[in-house]
Amino acid sequence: MKNNTNLLNELTKGIWKENPIFVISLGLCPTIAVTSSMTNAIGMGLASMFVLVCSNLIISLIRNIVPNAVRIPSFIVVIATFVTILDKLVQAYMPALSASLGIFIPLIVVNCIILGRAEAFACKNSPIASIFDGIGMGLGFTIALSLIAFFRELLGDGALLGYKIPFFADAPALIMIMPPGGFIVFGLLIALKRNYDLKGKFTK
Amino acid sequence: MTGSLIGIFLTAIFIENFVLNQILGLCPFIGVSSRTESAVGMGISVTFVMVMAGVATWGVQNLVLVPYSLEYLQTVSFILIIAALVQFVEMVIKKLAPALYKALGVFLPLITTNCAVLGVALINVRRNYGLLESSFHALGGGLGFMLALVIMSGIRERLAISEVPVAMRGAPIAFITAGLLATAFMGLSGLI
Repeated sequence: MKNNTNLLNELTKGIWKENPIFVISLGLCPTIAVTSSMTNAIGMGLASMFVLVCSNLIISLIRNIVPNAVRIPSFIVVIATFVTILDKLVQAYMPALSASLGIFIPLIVVNCIILGRAEAFACKNSPIASIFDGIGMGLGFTIALSLIAFFRELLGDGALLGYKIPFFADAPALIMIMPPGGFIVFGLLIALKRNYDLKGKFTK
Repeated sequence: MTGSLIGIFLTAIFIENFVLNQILGLCPFIGVSSRTESAVGMGISVTFVMVMAGVATWGVQNLVLVPYSLEYLQTVSFILIIAALVQFVEMVIKKLAPALYKALGVFLPLITTNCAVLGVALINVRRNYGLLESSFHALGGGLGFMLALVIMSGIRERLAISEVPVAMRGAPIAFITAGLLATAFMGLSGLI
């Protein structure tokens, strides 16, 4: 019973308490670069989750075999292998997504979230727990990306998931789907979350 | 030929600025931009690694991977080359400039996972750049990164002594500043 609640905790901590984007601030580049539409954001989130779960599992399995001194290079090779698999799969089955995410798919290899989880969690915990950690962190990442993309696509394109939304589609603020909009929306969202956390502290 | 090289170089600095337009290399951009001194140091080391990586990955791609049809090893081999280069630069800086080494701290090994460096290599391959074009693109990219970092650190030094609402302090205000800076850089898009 206790074991089950632990696994559930590994799964849910990534979504709010240790959200990789809003709390730990890792993996910032894709966060701003691919969130100009919700389709891209969800695609990127799920792609990163795939790599995160697979690399967490393998790294957790090999954690006792790999000598400490060469652990980072070996983790990077494991991660790069899964990124290559993912890149080829997306190119073959989802060419449109591959074209719109561009170099950000191979760049998943340098996404700090993945190496960060390998180093902070997978190399110290059992394979099962590491899979749950990967799913949780991946979900947290996907949710954070979708949230940013929600505001950017709605305000900048007047649409959600490609469907035009009345009123917003009348006069979209193009700058929101360009790089500056990404920076500004992200800055405001972290400020909002911090404000919420601070309020909680002051009322206690 | 020279015209297009200068074009690639200037485009990489101003129009396709790695940080503000292509949104690559944000972790050091936010992490090391609070003081101008370390921003310059970081900018120089990234530029150096970028140019070396641009040349080395061009060599590996065109002399090893393509002739032997091993293109699927691109991601793995590029990241290993960059990791080795960063290790080398780290050793050099530690030996020659210990003060700078201390100031850069944890961010030096992190150049390995700086997506701008891998980004430069990947863009070179995708655009079929030759050796010279690749090096100019990498040099421009590195200098553009340094330019963005130094401007940002200047603004953040001022921000540190101004009154910012509590929830906005640190990262949030830095991102909003970066957004305004990116807007300003969009104005340069008609340069070439």
